[in-house]
Amino acid sequence: MSQLAASGVGLLLALSVLGIFAARRALGTRLVYAACAAVCAALAGVALLGLLAPGAGLESVEIPVGLPLGRTVLGLDPLSAAFAVIVNLAAAIVSGYAIGYGAHAREPLRVVPFYPAFIAGMNLVLLAQDAFSFLVGWELMSLASWALVLSEHRAAENRHAALVYLIMASGGALTLLLAFGLLAGPHGGYSFEAIRRVSSAGVGPIVLLLALLGAGSKAGLVPLHAWLPLAHPAAPSHVSALMSAVMTKVAVYGFVRLVFDLAGPPAWWWSVPVLLIAAVTALLGVLYALMEHDLKRLLAYHTVENIGIIFIGLGLALAFEASGMRAAAALAFAAAIFHVFNHSLFKSLLFMGSGAVLNATGERDMEHLGGLIKAMPVTAVAFLAGCIAISALPPFNGFVSEWLTFQAILLSPQLPQWVARLLVPAVGATLACSAALAAACFVKAFGMSFLGRPRTKAASAAAETDRFSQIAMLLLALLCLLAGILPGFVLDSLGAVTQLAVGERLAPQSAQAWMRIVPVDIHRSAYSGLFVFVMILLAAAATAFVVRRVASHALRRSPAWDCGFPDASPATQYTAGSFAQPIRRVFGSVVFRAREAVAMPKPGDTAVARLQVELHDTVWDALYAPIIRLVAATAERLNRMQFLTIRNYLTLVFAALVALLIIVGTWR
Amino acid sequence: MSPLDSDIAHLLAGSMVLLSFLLLYQDRMFALLNVFAFHAFALAGSVAWQAYLQRAPHLFITALIALLFKGVIIPVALRRIVVRLGIHRSIETVVSIGPTMLFGIALVGLSIVVMLPVTQAEGPFVREDLAFALSVVLLGFLMMVTRRNAVSQVIGFMSLENGLVLAASGARGMPLVVEISVGFSVLIAFMVISIFLFRIRERFDTVDLQALDMSRGEAL
Repeated sequence: MSQLAASGVGLLLALSVLGIFAARRALGTRLVYAACAAVCAALAGVALLGLLAPGAGLESVEIPVGLPLGRTVLGLDPLSAAFAVIVNLAAAIVSGYAIGYGAHAREPLRVVPFYPAFIAGMNLVLLAQDAFSFLVGWELMSLASWALVLSEHRAAENRHAALVYLIMASGGALTLLLAFGLLAGPHGGYSFEAIRRVSSAGVGPIVLLLALLGAGSKAGLVPLHAWLPLAHPAAPSHVSALMSAVMTKVAVYGFVRLVFDLAGPPAWWWSVPVLLIAAVTALLGVLYALMEHDLKRLLAYHTVENIGIIFIGLGLALAFEASGMRAAAALAFAAAIFHVFNHSLFKSLLFMGSGAVLNATGERDMEHLGGLIKAMPVTAVAFLAGCIAISALPPFNGFVSEWLTFQAILLSPQLPQWVARLLVPAVGATLACSAALAAACFVKAFGMSFLGRPRTKAASAAAETDRFSQIAMLLLALLCLLAGILPGFVLDSLGAVTQLAVGERLAPQSAQAWMRIVPVDIHRSAYSGLFVFVMILLAAAATAFVVRRVASHALRRSPAWDCGFPDASPATQYTAGSFAQPIRRVFGSVVFRAREAVAMPKPGDTAVARLQVELHDTVWDALYAPIIRLVAATAERLNRMQFLTIRNYLTLVFAALVALLIIVGTWR
Repeated sequence: MSPLDSDIAHLLAGSMVLLSFLLLYQDRMFALLNVFAFHAFALAGSVAWQAYLQRAPHLFITALIALLFKGVIIPVALRRIVVRLGIHRSIETVVSIGPTMLFGIALVGLSIVVMLPVTQAEGPFVREDLAFALSVVLLGFLMMVTRRNAVSQVIGFMSLENGLVLAASGARGMPLVVEISVGFSVLIAFMVISIFLFRIRERFDTVDLQALDMSRGEAL
């Protein structure tokens, strides 16, 4: 099993080399993407077998390359198998989409060779059973995706995005390196086996902090999210889908591996920073998304929100596990992993839809779209399914995982610590608020892009996207629905994962009547997606029947009331900005220091009136801008060091040596 | 090991430290080369004594290398270079000799303060030997930093390397191959640097490194 998975990574790397030559022709590009899809599908299958097979192994493959002191150990345990299923399933479908979409790339040589390497890096992170190969995979993933972000390098904003991303990624890798160094202890056993054997008492809190910084910066936790909405949209859409839907999940995996698996038993207060950051992330992410009218950036900000939801689940699992409530911990953890799975499905779907829209119209700004449902019906249906799923509406999958998270939150009164008892309901309220705002946000995203009348010529000239893309999007929409109406199977397959992470598994769910899931107790709560789905179908059918039978068949077309403005321009429609205005007024004045100014011309003046909205990114201004200023000022001063004489350099070395010796001499 | 053995070892190593101070003090080029030759002789004696004490015959080879290369060949070659370049006059220093010597004394104190607590597990013999060696290294470094002339910088570098060999021979078990490779690398460094000296001389009519700085447009 592990050999198969490892050889899959090798195949992907080989494809990456092959891509250099294949990308010169359109057919070669398509073949590389098709091969990626096949390899990822095979990897997903292997990982699924590894996840479901009873007693499936910790058997691992040793590869004779690596650090001088250690070997590279690759293997699949339930946790990595679960994430490998998630990553490779989405990657396979995205690659299928790219067979059609990737052919539109202007410079395929900048994309095709890095794409398989990116997927290989993510798989290597998941397969790694030692710190060295984990970090190598992590860096491969970061650098390959950095190259992909930079693929359209002629736009200055993309170069800026790539720079910010590179800095954040290297900082994150550094913190992970430190975390592994701490975990390995003084004797430096860097395989996960050795780390588990070493008692890591005392370093746990620091490892938690480093994991929050390292994995959190990759996943997009506030305030480390700054690179994410810049970098994800800058890449080609299929890569955006992978980065947003899949790479952030690899980061979640890194956090889970470090904190749940390697750092030893948690203390209850570990959950406090995780929950706080997660709640802020969820709320701020969705507020950013609401203010954003660029379709891909909106989706990227939504990734931030969903990462917040996932980390709420993980924080709850920490709290419950530390207090010995293992069943509740398993519930919270399973909810988090379920949401990881769901988000990978619907976020890839939505990015693919936005890519299709971008291809058809050349526009990412919602204010320039509209009415696409007539020109692109398949894309519209798939995108709508994704919107419903991400807004957590039944019967789609997003609802199930958020509902499970709420079930875990409702168990919090049983926690022994009053801090947790107070904090968790507050987090729950934040989660509810962000879920509602997310729904509003996707009403905006779908409504402004696909409904109404086209706002620009480009939008009115749009045509449906290619077959491969359509099939990929519909497949994902179907998967979203299936995971929503048959959640019991997903939860059951996560049993081994929760067993590994929190030492308990949920009661078997798939045997329940009506495919319902019963997370705690049948008398407490139960949800049957299938039942809801059937009811929705029945209600819709009954309504259609009644409308057809009872209502009049006579078709009557008449002009709509135009408020006295005949031939209204499409610009008079409700816009994304006007949709977001009420929410901006409620939240924005504090969070974004939003200011509105109306410039009204004097009476008699024929100039137009203007409404100007000023928004500030508070996190950037408060956290990143001072650091950037400091670095710039320091670099300015240190610039003189570039032009010293040899003897001066020697003096510096000598002074450093003497200073270090003085420190050594006076230390004890 | 009898007290006399240990005393002789300390005498030889201590004389190296003293010779390092003498190197710092010299203001004539030929005298500097002579003192460096003595420095190498002291190193050879010290290593040979270690070889006798540790019953390690390969250290005799090390001592021989030190004696031949550093004690004879390199000083003679440098002397010829100096004669051909015509720079046997006084040595220009950055910091004047008095403060340099005082700083050197502070460095010896520092190396004793650092080395003695760090190597508590070892015997007193090795500890003091290491303290001497670190002093020699630091003094060589100090010489490189405080001299303007390229030849005296080379001498500083060589005496620093002598300190490294002293440390290694005292620490028991430096393989011969390491010593040989270090010896060769020093020899190669010497050749490269002397070639550079001639190139610099051809270009600038002086081996005062200040001229190099000026040619970069940055007079000090």
